[in-house]
Amino acid sequence: MFDFTEEQIKRYSRHILLPEVGGQGQKKLNQAKVLLVGTGGLGSPAAFYLAAAGVGTIGLIDADVVDFSNLQRQILHSTPDVGRPKVISAKEKMQALNPDVEVVTYQALINSANALDIIKDYDIVLDGSDNFPTRYLVNDACVFQGKPLVHGSIFRFDGQATTFLPEDGPCYRCLYPDPPPPGLVPSCQEAGVIGVLAGVIGVVQATEAVKLILGIGQPLKERLLIYDALDLAFRTVKTRRDPQCPVCGENPTIKELIDYEQFCSI
Amino acid sequence: MSIQVRIPTPLRKLTGNQAVVSASGGNIKTLLESLESSYPGIKERLSDEEGNLRRFINIYVNEEDIRFQQGIQTQVKPGDDVSIVPAIAGG
Repeated sequence: MFDFTEEQIKRYSRHILLPEVGGQGQKKLNQAKVLLVGTGGLGSPAAFYLAAAGVGTIGLIDADVVDFSNLQRQILHSTPDVGRPKVISAKEKMQALNPDVEVVTYQALINSANALDIIKDYDIVLDGSDNFPTRYLVNDACVFQGKPLVHGSIFRFDGQATTFLPEDGPCYRCLYPDPPPPGLVPSCQEAGVIGVLAGVIGVVQATEAVKLILGIGQPLKERLLIYDALDLAFRTVKTRRDPQCPVCGENPTIKELIDYEQFCSI
Repeated sequence: MSIQVRIPTPLRKLTGNQAVVSASGGNIKTLLESLESSYPGIKERLSDEEGNLRRFINIYVNEEDIRFQQGIQTQVKPGDDVSIVPAIAGG
């Protein structure tokens, strides 16, 4: 009925058994296109689960190569991958897990020159980047193109996640109007992050993507999920669309993408 | 009964690693002054020279973002739950 092979019926059987998914939902997953910005701590678990779920096309954009310091949390990459491009290392693991998935790689920094062109081909964007300039750029590009954006961020023992839907609730700039100026946030080397935190938040992002594709449940929209790993406590606070928002408000002043000066934020 | 304020991990150095501290109320402006007197240095991490909340830091009173209420003039009373939540960018 849905043109699955015998192997696919077995592979996706635990999904197909769910009345909320079924063959039809699995087909939606197989036809969906999701872009992951960053293939690091958040991108690794998100990409791995989305590949396992059979999301048909997964785009990976990341300019970095694998470093020993990544391996404590970036579970798609292994010791022999040190020095190799993250997108290539990630693609190999994802395709070994599920050859149904087409993995499109962009070994580049996402910036004002390429963002719109890359994002336009995808249904949903997951932001697992590691710096504020990229987060504002990806937000603005998603607003301009009307794409759902699933945000995840981690720092030390704290995690945050929320889903921004076009024309339906706030965007990232409504939540945090401006990035911190350089110097007010600890540098990459000083801060640190507990590795397992990336798994929790990355998998929340993947959960949101799967739900959006299937059209089931309540998205994490107009809510910010705050996770404190030390207390093992999840809380949500309300987020609101800001009518004064410079990008999605009533009189937007930001009409094209901005490359903020790169600075170290984690 | 005082007001419970949740402190994010980056600021816990200033609160002796306490995740939740007590402060006296009125409004957010006076609450921040009360925090500053107990934990010197915290106010400048949260507000700029004019006393306005920094734009990458949100304060929630009982889950509501004060920016969509009365900003630092938002009233807080004993029993309220105040959370300080900074933007974080790690991935």
